[in-house]
Amino acid sequence: MTTLFGSACRIAALGLLALLAACERPPVDAVQRGYRGTGMDQIYNPRTLQTQAAKNALPPDTPPAPAVGPTAGQVFQNVKVLNDLSVGEFSRLMVSITAWVAPEQGCTYCHVGNNLASDDIYTKVVARRMLQMTQHINADWKNHVADTGVTCYTCHRGQPVPDRVWTTAPSQTRLVGMAGNKAGQNAPASSVAMASLPYDPFTPFLSQGNNIRVVGGEALQNGNRVSIKQTEWTYGLMMHMSDSLGVNCTYCHNTRSFADWETSTPQRTTAWYGIRMARDLNNQYIDPLRPVFPATRLGVGGDAPKINCATCHQGAFKPMYGASMLPNHPELAKVRAVVGAAPPAGAAAAPASPAAVAGAASGTSAEVLFAVGSPALSGEATRALDTVVQALKADATAKVTLSGYHSASGDPAQNEELAKQRAFAVRDALKAAGIAEDRIVLAKPQVAEANVAGEDPRARRVEVAVMK
Amino acid sequence: MAEYQNIFTRVQVMAPSYAGVPLERGNKEREGPPIHVHWLGKLGDAQIGPIYLGWFGLASLICGFIAFEIVGLNMLASVNWDPVQFVRQLPWLALEPPSPAYGLHIPPLHEGGWWLMAGFFMTSSVLLWCARMYRRARALGMGTHVAWAFLSAIWLMLVLGFIRPILMGSWGEAVPFGIFPHLDWTAAFSIRYGNLFYNPFHMLSIAFLYGSTLLFAMHGATILAVSRFGGEREIEQIVDRGTASERAALFWRWCMGFNATMESIHRWAWWFAVLCPLVGGIGILLTGTVVDNWYLWAVKHHVAPVYPAVFAPLGDPSLLQGVKP
Repeated sequence: MTTLFGSACRIAALGLLALLAACERPPVDAVQRGYRGTGMDQIYNPRTLQTQAAKNALPPDTPPAPAVGPTAGQVFQNVKVLNDLSVGEFSRLMVSITAWVAPEQGCTYCHVGNNLASDDIYTKVVARRMLQMTQHINADWKNHVADTGVTCYTCHRGQPVPDRVWTTAPSQTRLVGMAGNKAGQNAPASSVAMASLPYDPFTPFLSQGNNIRVVGGEALQNGNRVSIKQTEWTYGLMMHMSDSLGVNCTYCHNTRSFADWETSTPQRTTAWYGIRMARDLNNQYIDPLRPVFPATRLGVGGDAPKINCATCHQGAFKPMYGASMLPNHPELAKVRAVVGAAPPAGAAAAPASPAAVAGAASGTSAEVLFAVGSPALSGEATRALDTVVQALKADATAKVTLSGYHSASGDPAQNEELAKQRAFAVRDALKAAGIAEDRIVLAKPQVAEANVAGEDPRARRVEVAVMK
Repeated sequence: MAEYQNIFTRVQVMAPSYAGVPLERGNKEREGPPIHVHWLGKLGDAQIGPIYLGWFGLASLICGFIAFEIVGLNMLASVNWDPVQFVRQLPWLALEPPSPAYGLHIPPLHEGGWWLMAGFFMTSSVLLWCARMYRRARALGMGTHVAWAFLSAIWLMLVLGFIRPILMGSWGEAVPFGIFPHLDWTAAFSIRYGNLFYNPFHMLSIAFLYGSTLLFAMHGATILAVSRFGGEREIEQIVDRGTASERAALFWRWCMGFNATMESIHRWAWWFAVLCPLVGGIGILLTGTVVDNWYLWAVKHHVAPVYPAVFAPLGDPSLLQGVKP
């Protein structure tokens, strides 16, 4: 009897251990970041962080090569994206990409060995598009990546295919007969941190633009018909974000109200742009590559392997804990071959953007940037208008619209006036270049204020667009 | 020599099988020979049987079995009838209610029809068992407190799975059958309606839930503490207050200022237990039908306190112009 009782106890103890096996052992660190007593804590497990830290270390890098001598476009054949780099810069970037993306496979992972210019291997076509995507992220998605930016390494980390990519989950209805419909959820899925929530929240939210918000803005019921099931999809996306960044809900949200922006942390805005960025990249850059990929790389539904938060973040609240690789890789920091604009006054650290005139492709629009509090056009900004002037002169029927903007800081009334004066300055410059006044349309934007807090150099601008 | 201990004891009372009290005419006798199980005796009474099921009990068990099978076989089908995966993934598996697109219509079997059937049979099963509890209590000449308490739990279950979905016009509002899935559903419910912790009926329900456990602990501890004076013979103590009762009462007057009586303590416990699902059900019933955002409701009615701002207030980026979609 005693042995029976003893073995029963042992089995019970083992069962208890098995149940607890999925839990993290204490102690964990709690960091308070909200008002006391409101549960605004970030929980970190120091043991998890230790393994994470190694994975998010920066790779060895070298300083940038000098931008002197003939350009890659002049020396090499079939260079389409990086043709204005010097040969030194170009070669260094190629070596870096090999180390970041295909360290074991080497150059021939993308290039044909005896003809580096050939596009025969699909990975080269993909890589070219990915270079454009990287530049697009760094130039146009500063709301999410700030000046830290991304490089190939941010996602690839030494692997030809980034660790965490996603494809659309196969439809359930093809799998089930009369019974056993999982309804796209109820499986231990790592995509939603092992919750039983819908395991493909990416297709509706990071590829399609479905509504993520579920909470109503009024206390009493007033026609908000969002269902609990719909909420579970949003919840699944949020679990993915939390897991990808290694943070709690409270990193972005207030414990008292997930919906309320007023009391959310600043990180929520960054995350909001992040969702839009992933959607933009998947639709503009990744999924259009579908015909380029071999079938083995595609998902069950034939879609390209796409981006979610984990692709870059890989468990860290900022990829590589916010360390930037861009100072050593200014060639990836901006979109090349478009009309650039003047660097902001006082922002000495910002890489000088060459007012590249190479952008004949998109010469029908430009952004003219201004210094803080100033409606005066710099010489460089005037040159940025050259392509616009040329386009207007080439087509006598075209008109041009000007919209002035200002940054978020300062007195609103004064800023409104500033935005207007900036538009007038651009109008005067166009008139001086010989454009008739009746072809210039001043379009006052509904909100002239920047969508980011503080002084964003890109906010102090006049948008110039040529209309046929 | 084993001796009686009042927390854990190795003493087990052995007695001849107890036939039960004589029932009024018209009541069927229980059937089968009784058995005694030593291991059951460690927890409660060692005697099992004779058995009486009756029509209510039988129908309840059959309905319960059907509901259990519908849920279980659907879960098994969802892992392609693989018994190993069934065991491994069991906590995640579920039978989901229909999609909200079906409203209150009857969907095909594999798109929620099974869920409706399982819900029907489970509801029948618990209601039949409740009726049986009522009738057995009456047959023994007892009060029907247990049946009513059970009905309180059934009320919450029906609000969640039947009454509220009907008021909302969609079966999809109801709870899935599954271990993790019903927990995720609960969290999603709170998220959707702007934080259920600001629902005052949810607050009351929690108070009664924790209150129940507190009362249970206090009462159990008190009775065990006075069992050396015969305190566990509570019924006798009610009508003829003995030294056990006197000591227990004095103890609580010293420690709490006043005391329940041997009889009223059970009324406290019963009401706490019954009110927990009762008010909880009211809170669920109001959610989505009347109140859409409990946080905003609590702000409006000054339930939610105002805390000093820690972060600079953000605007909703989707309301700004010129923002990328």
